[in-house]
Amino acid sequence: MSMTRRGFIVLSAAAASALSGAGGVQEPEARYRMAEHWWAMTIDIDKCIGCGNCVKACAEENQVPEGHFRTWVERYTVEAGDYEHPRVESPQGGKNGFPPAAQSTAKTFFVPKLCNHCEHSPCVQVCPVGATFESPDGVVLVDEKYCIGCRYCVQACPYGCRYIHPEKHTVDKCSLCYHRITKGLTTACCEACPTGARQLADLKNPKDPVHEFLRTHKVQVLKPHMATGSKVFYKDLDGAVR
Amino acid sequence: MTGVEGFMYPNEVELQWSALIVLYPYITGLVAGAFILASLERVFKVAAVRPTYRLALLTALAFLLVAPLPLQLHLGHPERSFEMYLTPHRSSAMAMFGFVYLWYLMVVLVIEIWLDYRADIVRLSQTRRGLTGWIYRLLTLGSRNVSPESRRIDDRVGWAITVIGIPSAFLLHGYVGFIFGSVKANAWWSTPLMPIVFLFSAMVSGIAAVLLLYMGISWRQKRKVDMLCLDTIARYLFYVFLIDFSLEMLDLVHRIYEADESFRSLDFMVRTRLYTSQVIVQIYLGTVLPILLLAATQVLRLSERLRRGLYAAAGLLTLAGIFAMRWNVVIGGQLFSKSYLGYTSYKLEFATREGLLTTVFLMVLPLAILWGLLKLLPPWPEREAA
Repeated sequence: MSMTRRGFIVLSAAAASALSGAGGVQEPEARYRMAEHWWAMTIDIDKCIGCGNCVKACAEENQVPEGHFRTWVERYTVEAGDYEHPRVESPQGGKNGFPPAAQSTAKTFFVPKLCNHCEHSPCVQVCPVGATFESPDGVVLVDEKYCIGCRYCVQACPYGCRYIHPEKHTVDKCSLCYHRITKGLTTACCEACPTGARQLADLKNPKDPVHEFLRTHKVQVLKPHMATGSKVFYKDLDGAVR
Repeated sequence: MTGVEGFMYPNEVELQWSALIVLYPYITGLVAGAFILASLERVFKVAAVRPTYRLALLTALAFLLVAPLPLQLHLGHPERSFEMYLTPHRSSAMAMFGFVYLWYLMVVLVIEIWLDYRADIVRLSQTRRGLTGWIYRLLTLGSRNVSPESRRIDDRVGWAITVIGIPSAFLLHGYVGFIFGSVKANAWWSTPLMPIVFLFSAMVSGIAAVLLLYMGISWRQKRKVDMLCLDTIARYLFYVFLIDFSLEMLDLVHRIYEADESFRSLDFMVRTRLYTSQVIVQIYLGTVLPILLLAATQVLRLSERLRRGLYAAAGLLTLAGIFAMRWNVVIGGQLFSKSYLGYTSYKLEFATREGLLTTVFLMVLPLAILWGLLKLLPPWPEREAA
C-alpha cells in the first residue's frame, strides 16, 4: 500500500505522540500502532434477527442525525427463484425493528449495511481535497474540518453509505467507531448485537477468529463487480441482495 | 415516505446535487461552444462567421466568469473551496476543476480577447475621457504600440492561443463530462461516451447561443444581420447537432441492446419520472424538432425572413433541449436507487440558496456581464468609430 500525504501526517503525529509519552504515562491511543492493524467486519446473515440494536447503538454513540444512517438493516423478501425482484424494506433504517413479515412461502432475511471501508474506495478517489482518506489501518475516514461539502463522494459510493450532516454541512459516514477500536474496544454496533451477527475483525492479527471464519465459510462482499476492495464480509449472502 | 417509490437506501432519499449543478455543465458548455465557433473564423478561416467572432469570445468570457458560482453556492463549506487549489487531491477529477478553469480563463480567453482588442483599447484610451478613459488606459497594460508590426505579432500570438484554445475548450467541457462519466457507482452516468456527448452538446448549445445573441443584438441595435454569416452558423449548428444526436442515440441504443442490470430501472425512470424532461423536451422538442427546422433551411429555398425565423426558433429550442439534457443527466442520475429497486423525487425550491430564484439569477447574470462587456469592448468597431 502506498503512503498518502495524509497517511504520512497521521503516522507522524502518532509517532510524535508515542515519543512524547515515552517517559511518562502513555494514553491508550499512544500504544495503538496503526501499522499493526487492518480492520474489517464480518456479518453472519443467518444470525441477524433484525432487532435494530446496532442502528440504535450507532446513532447514540456517534450522534447520528435523525433520518440519516451510518448503519442500517434491510429486510429482504424473495419469492422462490425471483432474484431480480426482491421486496426490500428498511423502516427508519430498521432502528426500531421490523413489523411482522407477511405469511408467505417467500424467504425472508435481514442484511445489516454499513460503510464497506473499501481498499480501493471510490469515495477516497473522488474527494477533491483529500478530506476523505483511508487510514493506514484500513479504515475510511472523513476529516470534517477539511471537507468542503461538495458531495462528490456521496455520488461515488455504490452502497449509499454517505450523507451530508445537516448541521455540520460536511459528509458523514461510518468510521468503524475509530475512537473505540483504537482503544481496544469493539464498535458500538458489534457490542450491541445480541446474536453476534456482526464481528469486528483485524485481518493483520493472526489470532483473530476472522481468519477461520473466512477459511471455513462461503463469504461474499456487496456488489463485487464494483471491485472496490470491500472489507465487510457477509456469510451466506443471498444473490438477491444489492 | 413522500416522493419515494419502491426501495431506496435510507441515505439516498435526499438528492445531493441540485439545479445549480445542472447549471454548471450548461454554462461551461455554452463557453466551450461559443469559443469553438470563434475558432472557426480564427483557425479554420471560415470568413463568413467573422461578424460573430468577437461576440462569441465575449459570450464565452461572460459565461465563464459565472461558471464557478453555482458550484461555490452549492458547497457545504464554500469558504474552504480554495483548498482545491492549495492541496488538490490528485486522484480526484473534481480537484482539477480550478486548474482547468483558470487555464481556460487566464491563458486562453482573456489573453485572446485582449490581443484581439488591443488596438481598439489603445484607440479608446486616447479618445475617451473620465472613468471609461481610465479603464481603457488600465486595459492597455501600458502597451500603446499599435504599429503594423506589433499588430502582426498580436495576430500571430492570438492565432497560436486559439490553436491552444481549441483543445482547451475540449478539455474544459470534456472534463465536465468526465466528472459524471467516471462515477462507476451510477449506471446513468457511467459511460465513456459521456465526455464526448457533453462536448458535442456543448458545441451545439454554444453555437445556438451565439446565433441567437447575434440576431437579438442586431435587432436591438437596428443593425442589418449578415445573412451569409447567419446561414453559415446555422449550417454548422445543423452538422454538429447531427453528430450530437447520433452520439446520444448510440448511447441509448447501446443501453437498450445491452440491457444490463440497471436497464430495467433506468427504462422505467425514463418512461415515468423523466418522461417529460427527457422524451418530450430533450429529444422531441429540443433535438428532433430543431434538427428538422435546420434541415428545412438546408434543403428548401426559403426567404431571408423565414430563415431568420426558423433559425431563431431552432436556436431557442436547442438551448431548451440542451438544458433539459443537463437536467436529465444531473437530476435523473439521482432519481433512482443504486439498488435499482426504487425511485425518489426532486422538488425545486423557490427562494433558497439552491432554489429557482438563484438558478434564474445565475442564468441571467452572464447576460448582464455580456451587456457590460459589449459596452466596454464593442464587437463591431466600424460602427463604434462612426
